Amino acid sequence: MQIKTGARYRSQVCDTELIVVRPLPGDVDLTCGGHPLIDLKAEPTVGLTLKQDADAGNALGKRYTDGDRQLELLVTKAGRGTLAVGGQPLVVKEAKPLPASD
Amino acid sequence: MFLDMAVSAYGRRAALGGRSDAISYESLSRTVAGGARMIGASGARSVAFVGVNGPALPALLMASAAAGVPFSPLNYRLSADGLNQLLACLDAPLIVADDVFESVVNHHDRVMTVNAWLSAARAADPAPAADLPDDECAVLLFTSGTTGRPKAAVLRHENLVSYVVGTVEFGAAAPEDAVLISVPPYHVAAVGSALTNLYAGRRMVYLPNFDPGAWLALVADEGVTSAMVVPTMLARIVEHLGDAPADVATLRSLAYGGARMPVTVLERALRLFPEVGFANAYGLTETSSTIAVLTPEDHREAAGSDDPRVRARLTSVGRLVPGVEAEVREPDGRPAAIGDAGELWVRGPQISGVYQGIGSVLDADGWFPTRDRARIDAAGYLFVDGRADDVIIRGGENIAPAQIEDVLVRHPAVRDVAVVGVPDDEWGERIVAVVVLREGAVVDADEVRSFVRARLRGSHTPDDVVVCRSLPYTPTGKVLRREIVAELTSPASS
Repeated sequence: MQIKTGARYRSQVCDTELIVVRPLPGDVDLTCGGHPLIDLKAEPTVGLTLKQDADAGNALGKRYTDGDRQLELLVTKAGRGTLAVGGQPLVVKEAKPLPASD
Repeated sequence: MFLDMAVSAYGRRAALGGRSDAISYESLSRTVAGGARMIGASGARSVAFVGVNGPALPALLMASAAAGVPFSPLNYRLSADGLNQLLACLDAPLIVADDVFESVVNHHDRVMTVNAWLSAARAADPAPAADLPDDECAVLLFTSGTTGRPKAAVLRHENLVSYVVGTVEFGAAAPEDAVLISVPPYHVAAVGSALTNLYAGRRMVYLPNFDPGAWLALVADEGVTSAMVVPTMLARIVEHLGDAPADVATLRSLAYGGARMPVTVLERALRLFPEVGFANAYGLTETSSTIAVLTPEDHREAAGSDDPRVRARLTSVGRLVPGVEAEVREPDGRPAAIGDAGELWVRGPQISGVYQGIGSVLDADGWFPTRDRARIDAAGYLFVDGRADDVIIRGGENIAPAQIEDVLVRHPAVRDVAVVGVPDDEWGERIVAVVVLREGAVVDADEVRSFVRARLRGSHTPDDVVVCRSLPYTPTGKVLRREIVAELTSPASS
């Protein structure tokens, strides 16, 4: 799937919802719980289940990134599935907060 | 979306108000859902707010978003004519106003006082949040207009979301943290702060009518941990304190922005608030608030450095926030060399560049012209010299008033200064330094000129020096140069 900044997606097999903060170019194999993510408003394919080796879960408000730190996804609703790109689980991006400026 | 996340993570935490009577995120969420119902039921296609900053702002902002209509906080200090002119730009607005402003707007359809709206919103059935595309307008802000007629900048949901998630860590605030907000609600920083503090989980405390004594007292009484001020407010706080360091044990960070900070005020503030982390935030209405930050570490490093290039960073606005790119361009559009001044153009998902009725002003590659004159040093620190429109052209040379102002503000007799250009038959424009003196001080025009000539190029020496009692500012601390020029050039002035 092609993804762009600000796009919102959901898992087909758990409650996970997220927003893209930094996309990867081209076709991206983005999955949660072992199955492709779909558009936030789309309906999941019937009969899919969370894969046993992809149930590490994720946390609300955390950002997840790939090994190269190019992709950045923000979890807006937590769920039980593992977030992955090309089968590789994503990792939590450490906070490097800016000082409050507002 | 942000409010749902906040409620999930820390619903019972205090969101708004004092320690003793705060409203929780859950409670705010219910008010917002009921408020959305009311906005929908009223048939309004936008929401206008005419009132001072307070807990109603986040509620109205979020309720408008939930109802799927744009929200527009308006400058309540405008004349009735001015306000009604802005209201005429909005599409079928529901006007929510403080009691004191209600009579100015009550000839419109759909007017409610803030208290009436809040009560009704708390009692109404929650409405489900509207499902809007992210490129719909979330907030319409009329730009501060130090030059002519205000335009309405369109900030889309996607711009605001990008700004917040790019610069704030969700839920990062500790439960006892509190932010003091004293900027007016029609300033982009007010909209930004309503979102960023909600997203960080920080309790919002308001001081709607700024007074330095009241500000200091509120920081102490409410255990405020962070605050945001415009430079004129900091100048007044520093003046109020004199030489005694502030008694603000809980305050950890102080952000400032909205106008240029006189370096003398900043240096005094750094001495009077030794334990506080200072942050300079630079941004425009059109960029969804902050695009560059000079961090507390940057301030400390600059203030403590012997290297003049590092020390100079105290006058910079810092480095760009994640996701934003910047380019300084020559008048012909080519990128300027590193360190050279030119017009600042920026690009990124938090930048809108769209105005109501005008459309987008982005160039073909998505760059936005800030109309600020700036330069970027080799380490990526951005120095903003002022509005491009304020540049004085004297004898064919471009002179940024800020350079001369920075020198004059260090003159022992000078409390405040603005440098403007007035028309001149010989030079095109000549440089006039308008100074406000410290109590009991006197100046001699020639001495002031020599003071500048010793520190800057000869061509930057003011031609005239005028003394006045005070300078005209907007409520957010931007000096009104047009007014100064008008005064200087009116037939009545000598």
